[in-house]
Amino acid sequence: MTAPALTVHGLNKSFGSLVVANDIELVLPPGERHALIGPNGAGKTTLINLMTGMLTPDSGQILLGDSDISRLSPDLRVKRGLVRTFQINSLFPHLSALEAVTLAVCERRGIAPAWWRALPAYRDAIEEAYAILLSLRLGDVCTRPTRELAYGQQRLLEIALALATGPRVLLLDEPAAGVPREESAELFAAIAGLSKDISILFIEHDMNVVFRFASRIIVMVGGRILVEGTPVQIATDQQVREVYLGKRHHV
Amino acid sequence: MLGPFVGVLFDGFAYGMLLFLLSVGLSVTLGMMNFVNLAHCAFAMLGGYVTVTLMRDFQWPFFATLPLAFLSAAATAVVFERALYRRLYRASELDQVLLTIGIAFISVAVAAYLYGTVQQPVELPSYLRGSWTLLGVNFGIYRVFLVVTALVIALVLGLMLEFTRFGGTIRAAVDNQRMARGLGIDVDRSFAVTFALGSGLAGLGGALAIEIVGLDPAFAFHYLVYVLIVVSVGGLGSIGGSFAAASLIGFSDVAGKYYVPELGAFLIYLVMLALLMWRPAGLFGKR
Amino acid sequence: MASASSAFAPQAYLQAQTRWRAVELAFWLSCLLPFVLFPNYLVLASQIAITALFALSLDLILGYAGIVSLGHAAFFGLGAYSAGLLAKHGWGEPLSGLVLGAVVAALVGYVSSFVIARFRHLTLIMITLGFGLLLHELANKAHWLTGGADGLQGVRMWPLLGAFMFDLWGFTAYAYALIVLFAVFLVTRRLTNSPFGLSLRGIRENPVRMPAIGAPSVAHIRKIYTLSAAIAGIAGALLAQTTETVSLETLSFQRSADVLVILVLGGAGRLYGGFVGAIIFMVARDRFSGLTPQYWYFGIGVLLVAVVMFLPNGILGGLARLAAAWRGKAT
Ligand SMILES: Nc1ncnc2c1ncn2[C@@H]1O[C@H](COP(=O)(O)OP(=O)(O)OP(=O)(O)O)[C@@H](O)[C@H]1O
Ligand SMILES: [Mg+2]
Repeated sequence: MTAPALTVHGLNKSFGSLVVANDIELVLPPGERHALIGPNGAGKTTLINLMTGMLTPDSGQILLGDSDISRLSPDLRVKRGLVRTFQINSLFPHLSALEAVTLAVCERRGIAPAWWRALPAYRDAIEEAYAILLSLRLGDVCTRPTRELAYGQQRLLEIALALATGPRVLLLDEPAAGVPREESAELFAAIAGLSKDISILFIEHDMNVVFRFASRIIVMVGGRILVEGTPVQIATDQQVREVYLGKRHHV
Repeated sequence: MLGPFVGVLFDGFAYGMLLFLLSVGLSVTLGMMNFVNLAHCAFAMLGGYVTVTLMRDFQWPFFATLPLAFLSAAATAVVFERALYRRLYRASELDQVLLTIGIAFISVAVAAYLYGTVQQPVELPSYLRGSWTLLGVNFGIYRVFLVVTALVIALVLGLMLEFTRFGGTIRAAVDNQRMARGLGIDVDRSFAVTFALGSGLAGLGGALAIEIVGLDPAFAFHYLVYVLIVVSVGGLGSIGGSFAAASLIGFSDVAGKYYVPELGAFLIYLVMLALLMWRPAGLFGKR
Repeated sequence: MASASSAFAPQAYLQAQTRWRAVELAFWLSCLLPFVLFPNYLVLASQIAITALFALSLDLILGYAGIVSLGHAAFFGLGAYSAGLLAKHGWGEPLSGLVLGAVVAALVGYVSSFVIARFRHLTLIMITLGFGLLLHELANKAHWLTGGADGLQGVRMWPLLGAFMFDLWGFTAYAYALIVLFAVFLVTRRLTNSPFGLSLRGIRENPVRMPAIGAPSVAHIRKIYTLSAAIAGIAGALLAQTTETVSLETLSFQRSADVLVILVLGGAGRLYGGFVGAIIFMVARDRFSGLTPQYWYFGIGVLLVAVVMFLPNGILGGLARLAAAWRGKAT
């Protein structure tokens, strides 16, 4: 049996008296697409922050493949292949989309420290960045500054940046947040089309999308994992109905 | 041997109390909004000049000028906050630094234009002059007055922060601005009030400082450094921290100048850098 | 547009972005004009070039990596005293003085970069400010070495390259400063167009995102800070050599604040901003030198408030916006 792509073990975190992660256990097998759902404030984003090292957990362990990455700095975790996107766009407003993705490619290829050669000398890196942009249909706008892109395009650029780092595990924090429904379907189609070498955990509020794209669903409430199971199991789970689905208005 | 030491200790503490008055406002406003206000001591300087003017040109008694020193600094702060600062709350710290340095420059120029670059004298009432001698140690009466005033103000501030509604909003905003906004607290408005109050205290501090450190246009920058040291050592948004840090800095400065005058201000900068590197959030800061 | 995209060549596009523009060439050629047009002002011109170089060094950390420093004069002063002391103690060869100034400033910059890279916001401002004040006070107290408040006297420079004496009219001084400025500019231009330069802009644009794309921001910041310190050191050394004296003022808070004003006025993050700012600032200061210093700083204060409120990217940023608007109208 191959090791899971990502394992989280006994993860805890509180902000003062507010417990945002309570003994979290999580396993993501290679090549799978799992969904993380839960009401607002459940601690989903915080969990991603903890896994990627942007927040320091009070206790717990994070394994990427076989290796313990709990002590690594965020950028080293990315180098190992654990990559995230942001719920609220976190982009480079004055860089063009091409420059931003090229930046990420250069960092992955280890050429970012080079300051004596001009960027255009690294043709491969630039071409790779452009290919990523093309694959997400951002080719036409890649020379425009990021802040001038339409919102939906900025959401795609979020993903493009993550892809440029060469992820093994991708954590997508509401990739379609704020995107109109038609576009959101398109966006998830793009995500579904990603290579199976990449294991994905995505946060999403739209249940249709979740049931369509996830092989398993993890339900989080109040900093704890309530249940996890296949879409069918979750859809019929009494607890989920009561605690989560019952209270959700837009389902 | 012990006599001079107690004297230095006391003078240092009195100086520290002055620094406390000058810096507590900046500490709290910084804690709330992360707004880097390098013009803070310009408001303090304003209070000083108000006192000097009222006493010299209008023959007001020293005590009567103090409320006006407070009010004028607070009122000016409100005007600046409404007109300029509020537009930059979410701007980069560079913009905040530039704007407030600019205001400080302007204040220095205006002060020099109106009053010249000479030190302004202040004539204390006779009952504040002189000193008491206790067990062979001299206690300047004015310094005793300063210490008592600062202690009372610290106490009032502490109680206000702890027990009033307004204090609650401030604590919430300093603790976690995001959460406070989420709870429906109008952080921007409580900030405006806090900012006025803090600047008013600085104005009062400026007025009380004249007797100890003098008053000239360089005040706005010279004491800014001390105030920033107190704030960053004490930790943002902490009254207790400011109090402790101000006492510490006041004492080290006075003791340093008394015992190792050849080092000058070097010692205090060194202490500050070391403390910041050891505890970046300050001695008492949480963040 | 869609049909063009199939033929779009990203590499050629980025290449075109880094090409030399006509304005740039015009700018550098016009730097030669003072030799013929204002031969009486070559001393001033050399000071402008030195200030521009200092502003360029600040631009690397502030304009590119977004690090606000209120104590950059520390490195300028280190370079100045190093070069000055070397010449005073018997070795007046200019180029080795420049190298020494750069090396000393770079060493101190490298050591302090470990601290700088860890902090942001107020703490960073405080640390740079405190470090600047500390060095100033140190130089003030070390009278035996630096001459304290009297400044370092007795700096005697040998002829440049063994051939060109430093003359009273500043002919050699300006030529020397200009050549050094241009050489350093070429290096920084290359750097800002490199992958490393792109990473720096990333840090400026969004320091939070950088680690999330696997970028070691701390290492980047350490590197650029050291380089920036070295360039500031060169600028300081140039000033020491061309004026044959070093005053305590080279380390002062005032100088740190001035260079910040100059850079922001011209426009940070575009290499030429500091040059434009330096020209305006230095010429204005020369014109108004009769004025009492307070009035001068009143003007600076108003200028700062105005720039922050109305001209967020400085003069060059404003010009760029105008040009873009004009082009927009033309098409
Ligand atoms: N830095 C922080 N300091 C204090 N509290 C925080 C911080 N970050 C998040 N929280 C709190 O932790 C809780 C969980 O937040 P989180 O953003 O993880 O929720 P979420 O599940 O992602 O919600 P949403 O669906 O709205 O994105 C919230 O109550 C939030 O206010
Ligand atoms: Mg979230």
